[in-house]
Amino acid sequence: MTELTHAADLVAERCRLKKALLDVNPELTQTADIVDSVGERAVVRRTVYVYEAPVRLWHWVNALAMVTLFVTGYLIASPPSSPTGEASAHFQMGYIRFIHFTAGQILAVAMLGRIYWAFVGNSHARQLFYIPFWKGEFWRGALLEARWYAFLEKYPQQYIGHNPLAHLSMFLMSTLGTIFMICTGFALYSEGEGRASWLSHAFGWVFWLFPNSQQVHTLHHLGMWVLVCFTFIHVYAAIREDIMSRQSMISAMISGERQFRDEV
Amino acid sequence: MSATETFYEVIRRQGVTRRSFTKFCSLTAASMGLGATGASNVAHALETNPRVPVIWMHGLECTCCSESFIRSAHPLVKDVVLSMISLDYDDTLMAAAGHQAEAILAETKEKYKGKYILAVEGNPPLNEGGMFCIDGGRPFVERLKWMAQDAAAVIAWGACASWGCVQAAKPNPTQAVPIDKVITDKPIIKVPGCPPIAEVMTGVVTFITTFGRLPELDRQGRPQMFYSQRIHDKCYRRPHFDAGQFVEQWDDQNAREGKCLYKMGCRGPTTYNACSTVRWNNGVSFPIQSGHGCIGCSEDGFWDNGPFYERLSNIHQFGVESNADRIGVAAAATVGVAVAAHAAITALSRVAVKRDDKAPPAVK
Ligand code: HEM
Ligand code: HEM
Ligand code: SF4
Repeated sequence: MTELTHAADLVAERCRLKKALLDVNPELTQTADIVDSVGERAVVRRTVYVYEAPVRLWHWVNALAMVTLFVTGYLIASPPSSPTGEASAHFQMGYIRFIHFTAGQILAVAMLGRIYWAFVGNSHARQLFYIPFWKGEFWRGALLEARWYAFLEKYPQQYIGHNPLAHLSMFLMSTLGTIFMICTGFALYSEGEGRASWLSHAFGWVFWLFPNSQQVHTLHHLGMWVLVCFTFIHVYAAIREDIMSRQSMISAMISGERQFRDEV
Repeated sequence: MSATETFYEVIRRQGVTRRSFTKFCSLTAASMGLGATGASNVAHALETNPRVPVIWMHGLECTCCSESFIRSAHPLVKDVVLSMISLDYDDTLMAAAGHQAEAILAETKEKYKGKYILAVEGNPPLNEGGMFCIDGGRPFVERLKWMAQDAAAVIAWGACASWGCVQAAKPNPTQAVPIDKVITDKPIIKVPGCPPIAEVMTGVVTFITTFGRLPELDRQGRPQMFYSQRIHDKCYRRPHFDAGQFVEQWDDQNAREGKCLYKMGCRGPTTYNACSTVRWNNGVSFPIQSGHGCIGCSEDGFWDNGPFYERLSNIHQFGVESNADRIGVAAAATVGVAVAAHAAITALSRVAVKRDDKAPPAVK
């Protein structure tokens, strides 16, 4: 990079850089302008505002609710050992189920909010809900990512939103998985609410598909393990890409801004 | 016995007092949740309606429904049911046999066209043209369809007729199917259970004969009044469930103290039936009260959702016997190991390759 000594030159150069970047990608709006007292320049890095606040809020509420659901759901099927004494003195299973149902309701309401945001939010907010199935570029990207994970590619790709492989697994495992868990979960919940409840009217169709509630329990339970597997891979991939792909991941889900660590 | 006699005439002839009759009407009305005027409606109907002819056919089954039915607890109920309806054909109970019995079917079909009720115990196997169940010289499935043609309504007794039960359990070599797979143009009321509770059976019959229509059914075709709640919803051990106090092993202290049987595989939480309220044998007991978990006998495919003594059902799709947790833990462990290995390889390759190499050559 050219050595810039003159302050005016510095400013001019920065403007030129910004403009060049904007030409390349109009979404790239910010570059770092920090200069310290000694005149040493901070590295100019591109950041893009990707995840709007509602998306970030949803993400962490969802992650929290889901982990709670994992733990309590597992305990519903395999309860901890029995407390002794009078039944009236305990509510162990009651609390476990209460927490599960509360987290379940939060998860469901959050999902509704997230779906709403897919309509009004930016284009990245929509990624969760569809697969650009007919776009060859998407599948090529997914293949490239897969090869990158298989250590067959030397250089990782960078994406403003989700990378195609992540996009695919988020849609299939997380979005569809969560919707599946909400439908089966509320169908099970409606059994306690009774036949006349609105929940039973709204989710009773699950029992058309699986007439025996025990089957619904089994599927709801299997669904949990699908999501557990997703979470393992997801968290690992987030951390790995954060380190490996010259772009911020985890902080992007906190601040909303994705920073690309290529020096300009 | 002519089917045009009313029920009231029959029981009076049999020596049942008017007083017992009104008592029966009130009890019946109460058990069906009919409200204040229910009893007099029931009484009026039974005094004036002609008795309904019933044809009771048996397919692949074990006769436990009949066994349950004839044990209907309230002594009067037994009389009632057998007097209330005109049970014109039931090959297990009837005196007639052979051609004489067969003639009744044809006669009823013709004489009471569109008026009789077809009660079916058991189900038809379809494999090999129905040859696995021959009844009166013909495959049962044919006779069933034939008798269903002119029936007013069909009652599916028990898990067999309703869902298929054990003979339809995997791998179902005879291809036994619930009756609604072969009778598609008639109202069918399902009264599942293996067997169904006697009072539930007689209650259903009483309702139909009294009101001349089927009771309100749920989305699976079962009468709401007996199948709208789970065993678990009304189980007297439920406080122990909520407290988290479970039988951990057969014969442990908790078993003796009557704690909840959930961990022993009780299917009460997923089973719709009236056992925990109506109970069995004149309200004496029901499985859970006797210390054994519910096996879910009134549910669709209950044989394929075993084992009966484990909370989680087996999943057979994966070849070996497994359940959700075994599959899930294996999958999650595989993913965990794969992630760890991947991370290790990643770390090693980063040591080998210089960091800057991860950036593609700059495009100038
Ligand atoms: C049960 C737990 C979790 C679930 C179900 C989950 C699900 C998701 C979903 C659906 C997205 C897409 C967000 C959107 O487009 O709106 C996402 C993104 C993301 N999640 Fe999670 N998440 C979970 C836990 C975590 C955790 C613990 C971390 C942190 C280590 C994390 C880090 C991220 C990051 C960095 C992204 C952005 C990925 C990208 O930029 O392409 N997630 N997550
Ligand atoms: C990621 C989301 C979820 C996970 C991982 C999860 C997990 C589980 C698990 C493992 C079980 C035990 C199943 C069994 O009997 O073997 C369960 C039961 C249940 N879940 Fe969920 N669940 C989730 C979402 C929900 C939601 C959204 C609801 C709706 C309120 C819900 C309601 C229920 C109910 C009613 C039961 C049955 C409780 C009982 O039988 O006492 N779940 N869940
Ligand atoms: S014994 Fe069975 S039905 Fe009764 S509370 Fe326990 S799990 Fe529910």
